[in-house]
Amino acid sequence: MKVRLIGIVVVLLAVFTTAACGGGGNSSSSSSASSKTLTYWASNQGTSLENDKAVLTPELAKFEKQTGIKVSLQVIGWPDLLNKILGATTSGQGPDVLNIGNTWAASLQATGAFMPFDSAALTAIGGQDKFVPASFATGGMAGTAPTSVPLYALVYGLYYNKQMFASAGLQPPTTWQELVSDATKLTDPAKKQYGMVLEGGSYTESVHFAFIFGRQNGGQPFDAGGKPTFTSAGMINGVKQYVDLLGKYKVVNPSNVQYKNGPEAPGDFAKGKAAMLMSQNNADNTLQADGMKSSEYGVVAIPAPSPLPAGGADVASFVAGINLSIFKNTKNQDAALQFVKFMTSPEEQAILDKPFTALPVVKGGTVNFTDNKAEAAAFAQVLATKAEALPRVPAESAFETNVGDAVNGLLAQAATGKAVSNSDIKAALQEAQDKMAAAGN
Amino acid sequence: MPVTTTTPTSRAVGTVPPPHRRRPRWNRATPYLFILAAILLELLIHIVPMLVGIWMSFIRLTQFFIANWSKAPAAGLGNYKVAVDFSTPIGRALLHSFTVTCLYTLIVVGLSWLFGMSAAAVLQNSFRGRGSLRTLFLVPYALPIYAGIITWSFMLQRDNGLVNHVLVSNLHVLDHPPFWLIGNNAFVSMAVVALWRSWPFAFLMIMAGMQSIPDEVYEASAMDGASVWKQLRYITLGMLRPVNVVLVLMLFLWTFNDFNTPFVLFGPTPPNSADLISIHIFDNSFVNWNFGLGSAMSVLLLLFLLVVTGAYLLVTHPRSRRA
Repeated sequence: MKVRLIGIVVVLLAVFTTAACGGGGNSSSSSSASSKTLTYWASNQGTSLENDKAVLTPELAKFEKQTGIKVSLQVIGWPDLLNKILGATTSGQGPDVLNIGNTWAASLQATGAFMPFDSAALTAIGGQDKFVPASFATGGMAGTAPTSVPLYALVYGLYYNKQMFASAGLQPPTTWQELVSDATKLTDPAKKQYGMVLEGGSYTESVHFAFIFGRQNGGQPFDAGGKPTFTSAGMINGVKQYVDLLGKYKVVNPSNVQYKNGPEAPGDFAKGKAAMLMSQNNADNTLQADGMKSSEYGVVAIPAPSPLPAGGADVASFVAGINLSIFKNTKNQDAALQFVKFMTSPEEQAILDKPFTALPVVKGGTVNFTDNKAEAAAFAQVLATKAEALPRVPAESAFETNVGDAVNGLLAQAATGKAVSNSDIKAALQEAQDKMAAAGN
Repeated sequence: MPVTTTTPTSRAVGTVPPPHRRRPRWNRATPYLFILAAILLELLIHIVPMLVGIWMSFIRLTQFFIANWSKAPAAGLGNYKVAVDFSTPIGRALLHSFTVTCLYTLIVVGLSWLFGMSAAAVLQNSFRGRGSLRTLFLVPYALPIYAGIITWSFMLQRDNGLVNHVLVSNLHVLDHPPFWLIGNNAFVSMAVVALWRSWPFAFLMIMAGMQSIPDEVYEASAMDGASVWKQLRYITLGMLRPVNVVLVLMLFLWTFNDFNTPFVLFGPTPPNSADLISIHIFDNSFVNWNFGLGSAMSVLLLLFLLVVTGAYLLVTHPRSRRA
């Protein structure tokens, strides 16, 4: 009995124990400054962890040849990454350099565990001016020295199946109304064919669309003072725009609400079970692995309602991507800066963007992850003109989980046949907001 | 718990040492030296983390302070107040989660015991294939937890899951394939999976208990004309009581703290109807980065389980009061 009781507490403390264990291994490498070995945690960008290792290893060897600094690489899957970072933050025993999801930048900055890139540090990695401004802005809270710099950029686009559109005599949509009417025409539940596929069980996807469509409808998740404003009319209408695809217009297979592992939604699109897919550009990897050629799909910006609702903006994506951070207590700060400079150099960007299907974060870089010129142009255009950064406030990660879960719940409600009204949405968002307040965020 | 310790003390510390047996002379410290390693490990693995957890529940350990715990401001009872203020969403959610967990525990423990008891009673009699049935019954318990539950999650998928295939396409019990992993059905799915996992343990324990009941007792009762039901009621259940008391307690604690079943079936944020308390606490700590609040909830859970366990042992062990 004792074992079980204490077990609960141990579960809660697991992160500290694991952090201590993991840190024990790392500390040996980071403490021996003379040997010049950096520990680097890379996120999973390729088709598998092994694929990431295979892509990065030759580049790290190149870096060692240039500078004499050895980099010990650990590739960490997305489900574990944030917990491992939290563990490292808590124990103070972490890698020297690590990848973070750029939307976590402000939340992680608030922990104080990461090195701020002040002007000296920025100069050391080649200057702020070498980065695409929209990507650079994701590095931390506005008006502070960022604690991360961009490494890979990703944006959302609307993928459409060229052949299905052509045989229905349709053009890719330029307004949200067109998107809905196209999707309706392309939906035939009897043939198990739907106009759109969603990753409806994924809280990250849900919160991204709550933000994108909320902005189109004139909403903002946070006010200027950083207080949550989830229940503004704009945010509610934005969530409704998303949930209505499944609930009101029924252009989405209700089973989509169980999709949350990444490959399912692009898989349905690749197999012709859905005519459209709203996804970040790294869906290319999955689509091609599922046998779709890059010439078989087209990409346009996710359209906004026309005319734009009051206060709305033609936002088609948030600035997604991966940033690089340096742990504050690294013993090898100079070496770490050299490594960040190397990874964000135009040459390395050109090499890494291809296998990782990323957009360049440095100026003058070209989109080279696809041979489909129109697709490359569409994504570059979205990043340049239609992408807004997610709110850069410490409560961002709590916003992602609470609002994302709320929207997932609404999608599940729609899928089980219960209509989702405006007041349902308001209640769900209000609850998410109250949770943030009560939890002290 | 405290009552059990009174029994040994009354005999163990004899006032008159037995004079006829010569024991090797032990240094006073020797027994303590023997258990020293165990005590140190117990402290390290159980007690210290538990105390740290209790301490965490009294500080505001949010994202702003996890890099430097010592700077986290004291929260007093603040975290506890938030957790049990049922007029706010956090308190309401905790209460909801607690209710769901109680219901889940009641169903899973009750049915596990019933299934285990029935299977053990049937397998008491020797017949062909008894050995293989026994083995078959134990398979769910022997399977790795993750493998078993993830298989269920595949079977419970709406479009291509085995369950809907059988119910809708083969048997035509239902017209439209229902969702098993979202909405209110999620609770049923979770309870079924947990039952599938835990009843073999009940079966194993009860079977072992039954084997220690001497045949003569049954024979004697048969001579006196007791029916099978009477034998089951007065002999089997009566002599199994010590086994059952422990078994039900263990099942209760395991099920109440069940984390694996909802986590593997639904991921880190289960549907509302299946929001068990341990995963709810996990969410409040890790997903919202508020370790102080999560710790406060854990401490409350710990207190609740201590009270229930203590009361249960008092009720089921009244004889120790006599000691």
